This record gives sequence, structure tokens and C-alpha cells, in this order.
Amino acid sequence: MLAYIVRRLLWTPVLLALAAFFVFFMGTFAPGDPAELRLGNRATPERIERERERLGLDDPIPVRYFRYVGDVLKGDFGDSYHYQGRPVLEIIAPRLWVSMQLNIAALIVAICIGLPLGFYAAKKQGTGRDPAIVISMLILYAMPVFFTAPFLILFFAVKLHWVPASGWGGFFSLQIILPALTIGIPGAAVFVRHMRASTLEVIGQEYVRTAHAKGMSNFVVNYRHVARNALLPILTIMGFTLAGMFGGSLIVELIYGIPGAGRLSLDAIFQRDFPVLTAFVLLGAGMLVLANLVIDVAYTIVDPRIRLQ
Amino acid sequence: MTSTTPTSSIVQDLPKSRGHWRNIWANFRRRRLAFVSLILISFIYLLGIFAPVIQTHDYQETNLRETQQGPSTDHWFGTDRAGRDLYTRVVWGIQTTVIITITSFVTGSLFLGVSIGLVAGYFRGWIDAVIMRVGEVISAFPDILLIILLAATLRPRITEFARDVEDSTGISGLVSSGIVDYVVIGIALLPLSWFGMMRLVRGQVLVLRDAEYVQAARAMGTSTPRILFRHILPNVVSPIIVSVSFGIGAIALSEVVLSFFGLGVQPPRPSLGVMIGEVTARGGASVSVLRDHPEQLLAPIIVVWLLIFSWNIVGDALNDVLNPRAR
Repeated sequence: MLAYIVRRLLWTPVLLALAAFFVFFMGTFAPGDPAELRLGNRATPERIERERERLGLDDPIPVRYFRYVGDVLKGDFGDSYHYQGRPVLEIIAPRLWVSMQLNIAALIVAICIGLPLGFYAAKKQGTGRDPAIVISMLILYAMPVFFTAPFLILFFAVKLHWVPASGWGGFFSLQIILPALTIGIPGAAVFVRHMRASTLEVIGQEYVRTAHAKGMSNFVVNYRHVARNALLPILTIMGFTLAGMFGGSLIVELIYGIPGAGRLSLDAIFQRDFPVLTAFVLLGAGMLVLANLVIDVAYTIVDPRIRLQ
Repeated sequence: MTSTTPTSSIVQDLPKSRGHWRNIWANFRRRRLAFVSLILISFIYLLGIFAPVIQTHDYQETNLRETQQGPSTDHWFGTDRAGRDLYTRVVWGIQTTVIITITSFVTGSLFLGVSIGLVAGYFRGWIDAVIMRVGEVISAFPDILLIILLAATLRPRITEFARDVEDSTGISGLVSSGIVDYVVIGIALLPLSWFGMMRLVRGQVLVLRDAEYVQAARAMGTSTPRILFRHILPNVVSPIIVSVSFGIGAIALSEVVLSFFGLGVQPPRPSLGVMIGEVTARGGASVSVLRDHPEQLLAPIIVVWLLIFSWNIVGDALNDVLNPRAR
């Protein structure tokens, strides 16, 4: 297993370098001259030329790329084109922190609704409640954010005045509730689906019958024998869900007016602020790869039958 | 003359075999919700295909005396801020969805995904390793960001290219026909669509390539393409169908998201995403629109909602019917 972890850790920088090159290449392929964008209206041809020289934009692409990678290794992601001369990391870090809090809150919502409901649906298989849960979750899953977000605001903020309509106040504020629900409910639907399937698989196992036969109470069998084992495959899905959430909060951030990373990266795409964009993609990809590695390793600890190779 | 032997009478008593696909169809039809969903999907797509016939107005026709109206006999879903008929625009929007779904699915998922998956799984070795690593790099990106990035960078280049072609060949209307939009969206969705399908096909092929019937075919000197397409591919069709039915909803949604940001289909051509984006001022005015003119927001959204929901139901049912062992 150690060999596996080492191999994955060695592959990660290569993967990130390739990902960075891709975004870098897209940046050079995109129309518009960064030097011109930086200078804005005050640009004269001479000034643009000098700016290009200062930024090193006239060097060949490989040279620029390796210079960039060298800087990144030193922790320097360059300066933003749009926000004059501010280091990229300084711009991204607070935004990323906001998005992470939002997505963690959403994940908590998804888990708290999804896992118990999926377990319950599986226990009620054969009754009308199981398909009712499955179908209503599917309806929620298919509901586009373009509707969920304004609907929740209209109902809980405008009509009932329970929570503020929009804005950002940190993890422990009332404002986080609606956006977290908006992202978390479709996520819950995914958890219901998988939790239900894996619970059904475990319920049919012989050791569950044995536990019942031994005269153990329903509660103990359900929680110690069924639920704990049914949770195992859910771990992998957590990785995917985290991955999906990273860019998925974009529209939600837009509608709720949350100053998160999704919003920032979208602006960066439209303003051709490629230093910001590259850094964002690098950090995002890096976090994703690490999260998946942690989940893989956690898997072997929770379920010793699994060997990584 | 014919004399019936005991064996043949037994055979005649057996229910007639209906063939693999007819069996599957019969099983599928027994699932009522899935069957209804399939009919619903066909109905929605037919609306889009016959948009020019069933439109009640022109989708560009503005009428400033009839703006922001609720549903009426003249305007079935009401009108938008410019007085354009919402029903007509929804129907044309569906047509856009149909075209994009088909083009991006046929090119990305079916053509690229299946063929690369076949090659990677069958030849293994370094080809497989390279393909898998490339896929890993692509899937390390946050999905929506990658799609938006591709669309934003490629659009000006592709438009430029189309203009050049127009100038040099004398064909006009290439850019205004919307082909550029479809190409941009198709390419932007590629990274999303090919890898999942590729991994699925590859996994199946890895198992099948060592199956006895494939070894037999190889021993008889069957050519590699023939083994791939005649012996292996037909056995991978079921998971491909299931994956396609789950993927179509996602593709439709991605187009909506791209057009919402103004990176997909360009006005005046209507698309469900363009409609949502225009009405809500790119999300900013969602709440007031939902409160004051809900039909303007709901008309495009309900279609997207129904499509994604129905395709998921159909996908579930197909999964049960086509992969009974997976249950």
C-alpha cells in the first residue's frame, strides 16, 4: 500500500504539470493580448510593446511555461492581469475559503438527508414508501438550480422571513442555509440512491440473518451490522461528490451573490485573467487528486479486505 | 410429407422465442413509469423537430405592445420582455437541445468514447496507459469550468475560421446559421463526454478480450478489426445504451448552462439556456422574475427538468432490463 501511495504522490505533480500546461496553452490560444488588457485604454503601441517585454510574453511558449512552473514551485502564482499587480494567491485564497465552507455545508446537508433516507428506503423495500422516496428524490435531483435557488429565496426569505435572501456571512451565519440547501439537495439524491443500493446488498447477507437469529434487537442489527457495512461503498462516492461540488457551486454563487471561487474563476475566464485561472485550476485539481487519495487510503483502513495496488 | 415427431411437438408447445431485443423491449414496456417517460421524451423531442410547423409566431418577432403578458389564447405561455411568444421560443429552444444532444453524443461519446475504449482495452500496454493518463488529467479539472473555459477560448477562433471559409468559398450564412455554436458546444462538451464512455467500454473489453470465443476467433486468424467490431462490440452494447441514456440529460443541462452564460447558442436563435439567462439577467434577477412573471422562468425550466428526470427514469429501467445480473 505504501508503494501505491508513493506512486500516486509521484504522479500527482506530473498530472498537475500537464493540467497547468493545458490551461497555459489555452491562454496563448485565446484571442486578446494580456498586455493590452492590463493597460486598458491608456495603451499606446509602444507601451504595449514594453509591457509585453516586461511580462516576457514574446518568449516561446515552452520557455514561458517552464518559467511559470518554476515560480509556482516557489509558491508564486504570478500577478493578476485584471486586479492590477496583486499576487494571484492573495486574490484566490479568501475566495477559495468561502467556496470550501459553502461546499462543506452542502455536503453536510447531503449526508444528513441522503444517508438516513436511503437506509430507510431500503428497509421499506416492497412497500409504497420505497418507490415514493426514490422518485421524489429523482425529481429533486433533476430540478435545475435556476429554479431551486430563486424558489428557496422567494419562499424562505421573502415570504417567511426566516433567513436573509442573499449575501455571505461565513459558515455559522443564517445566510449559508439556503445556498447549502440548493447544492445539498441534489447531492442528497445521489446519496439516497447509493445508500439504498448498498443497504439492500447488505440486508441480504447471511450474517445479518445470523444476527437476527441470535436474538439481537432490531436496533443493534440495523446499526451495527447493516448500516456500518452499507456505508463502505459510500466513501468512494464522497470523492466524486466533492469533485462535482468544486465547480458546481458556480451558478449558486452567482444567484446568491456569494463572493466565492466559482464567481472569481468565471470572471477570470471572461476577463482573460489567465494567471488567476491557471492557479485556480491547479489548486482545484490538486485538491481533487489529494481528496481521492485520502479516500482510497481511508478505504483500506475501514475495510481491511481491500488492498491497493 | 410432414410427419410430426415427438420432439418437434414439444418444441411447438414452447412459447415462441422473440429474440433478445424484443424480449428487452417487452420487459421495458412493463415498467409503466419508464415507458411513460420514454413517451414524454419522444413527445418533447418531436415538438423540437417540428418547431417550424407548430410555432404560433415567429421566434424573433417582437411586439412592444404585448410585453410580459401571462398565458392567453394567442400566446399560450405568455410573452417575454420584448413581447416575443414564449411557446414558440421554447419549441425552438427544444430544437436546439435536440441538435446539440445528437451532435455531441454521436461525436464525443459514441464515436470517440467507444472507439478509444475498444482500442485501450484490447491492446492494453502503453496505448492504454497513455489514454488513461490523459483521461485522468482531463477529469482532474472541475467539469463546468473546463467546459466554460473551452467555449470561451474556442468561440472567437472558430467564428474567425468560419468567416474565412465563407469568404474563400462564397458560401454565405455559415456563421448566421448557428453551425458555429453547435461546433463550439460540441467541442467544449467533448472532455466531459468521452472519458466516462471510454472507461466503461475499456473495462468491458478488458474482460471480453480473454473470453474463450474471442480466443477462438483469434486462433482462426480473424482480423483484429473484425474481432473488435463483430465479436466484442455487440457484447458491450448494453452498458453503452445505459450510459447514453444517463448521459443525455447531463449534455442537455450543460448546453443550458453554457448558453446561460452567453457562451453557447447565440441570440437571436432561441435556446432554453438563452431564455433562462435573458430573463434572469444572468441569474441576478431570478427572484423577482419568479415572483412577478413566473411563466417566463418556468416555461424553459420545466422542459429541462422533465427531460433530465425522464432520461434518468429511462436509464434506470434500461439498467434493470439490460444488465439483470448487476442487480
